[in-house]
Amino acid sequence: MTDLLSELLASRDWLLGDGATGTTLFNMGLEAGEAPEIWNETHPDRIRALYDGAINAGSDIFLTNSFGGNYSRLKLHDRQNDVFTLNRIAAEIGREAADASGRKVVVAGSVGPTGEIMEPVGELSFDSAVEIFEEQAKGLMEGGADVLWLETISAPEEYTAAAKAFQNVGAPWVGTMSFDTAGRTMMGVTAVDMVAMVEGIENKPIAFGANCGVGASDLLRTLVGFNKANPSIPVVSKGNAGIPKYVHGHIHYDGTPELMAEYALLARDAGAKIIGGCCGTLPEHLVAMRAALESTPQGDRPDLDTIRTTLGAFSSDSDGLDGATPPKRKNRRRSS
Amino acid sequence: MSDEEDDLILSELNDEELVLQMMDDLYDGMKAEIEESVNILLERKWTPYDILTKALVEGMAIVGVDFRDGILFVPEVLLAAGAMKGGMVILKPLLIETGAPRLGKMVIGTVKGDIHDIGKNLVGMMMEGAGFEIYDLGINNSLEDYIGALEAEDADILGMSALLTTTMPYMKVVIDTLIEQGKRDKYIVLVGGAPLNEEFGKAIGADAYCRDAAVAVETAKEFMARKHNQLSA
Repeated sequence: MTDLLSELLASRDWLLGDGATGTTLFNMGLEAGEAPEIWNETHPDRIRALYDGAINAGSDIFLTNSFGGNYSRLKLHDRQNDVFTLNRIAAEIGREAADASGRKVVVAGSVGPTGEIMEPVGELSFDSAVEIFEEQAKGLMEGGADVLWLETISAPEEYTAAAKAFQNVGAPWVGTMSFDTAGRTMMGVTAVDMVAMVEGIENKPIAFGANCGVGASDLLRTLVGFNKANPSIPVVSKGNAGIPKYVHGHIHYDGTPELMAEYALLARDAGAKIIGGCCGTLPEHLVAMRAALESTPQGDRPDLDTIRTTLGAFSSDSDGLDGATPPKRKNRRRSS
Repeated sequence: MSDEEDDLILSELNDEELVLQMMDDLYDGMKAEIEESVNILLERKWTPYDILTKALVEGMAIVGVDFRDGILFVPEVLLAAGAMKGGMVILKPLLIETGAPRLGKMVIGTVKGDIHDIGKNLVGMMMEGAGFEIYDLGINNSLEDYIGALEAEDADILGMSALLTTTMPYMKVVIDTLIEQGKRDKYIVLVGGAPLNEEFGKAIGADAYCRDAAVAVETAKEFMARKHNQLSA
């Protein structure tokens, strides 16, 4: 069984992902507080326009409007009984858009975090998490998604629960985590930790990587970190278009199309095979990224200095991989 | 505790050693040990307030520092906060009974339009861990929700959280309304969330922007200390 994504990865040196879903939908009039997934039902034309924006900008892969489409997130809007339907429609609209594009475009069913903290620290059990992800996965696959796309995950338990759910459904998948806390995920996972976790999963993803997080510089540092562990599967890089800034009462992302083009080239040089954007990344950014990737030959692996000079400073001195982090305190109970 | 290294008898430690051990146990999230130690100190006639401030809060401060410095991460911090809470369950009724000064009460919630609550939940748990009382409004709160709860709960601190660039400006609406109603000075206003920064916090008139849950706790303590000093001055 070969899925479209694996086929494209085998025949191409790099693939262009898509950009921001949330930013684009807000520009189309989504009210803050509304669940974007409800628009699959109420404004399918706008969701189609979102997908077409990525396709027309040259994306090889786009994500469906289903990031928060799981039981525990939809419950906040009292729509927890519509998980299957909202996800199915998200993928159906995507299937139509991809089929109408006249080229091979991957419909990736977006699956975001549950928003709950998992056991033993939190209350969500592994089995419940699997159940939550499985319900969403079924809807997306029924609607015609080519692959499932897990993103913005912080906890290793949640990543592996999703892997189990996708295995139960028999869906090929990709999974990325968000490294937003001193170069690690919120739960303390380093880039090297993630590679070890992914390599140990029975139902391995087609590709793994990083999305969202702090800025383009930090994301590239994470890619450099992945390389330290020599991953055996392709790497995904989906960084935000800079960092949101509050200027004169308005907010905008400071990443220009030119900066995102530089980011795309460096991401490829750093080993990423699937390169896209995340928050703040609009079609104009994607066009610039594609043009740069097509017109520039692949370069050498960048070091951290090159990344810093080209894209700006990192958000933290250490990413937990340079040996500079002091160790945890020793407990006398254990050391005695 | 089956480990041989673990057969340390808490009740055989003197007060000073026991308090140090409690700090270690908090650091490692050992709830049963914290509960045992709290009970031992009560038996030794420590006041509930001293146990809270000299052992538990001090211990959590160490956890906070290592969280801030990227040595500990959310899972460890939540385990520590859970252990702290175990101690607080024992102490809380006694603190009320003895009329001990309270550390502070915080009303917290994500702003109108924002459904992202994980950061807010972490701050709530860390604040509770540090001995504050929390009134959690959940997600998607209007200015009426916030101001109503501040007054009904007789709170000291307002904590507002936003993850979206589209929702963070609402924080200013809440603060402006507090100013209009002449209530702004009654409350310490702390704001946080991924897209915010210090500049934004200043621009909207918050008392402070808090980068993470550990900073929120430290900042809340600092402002509460200033508030107490003002009152006694």
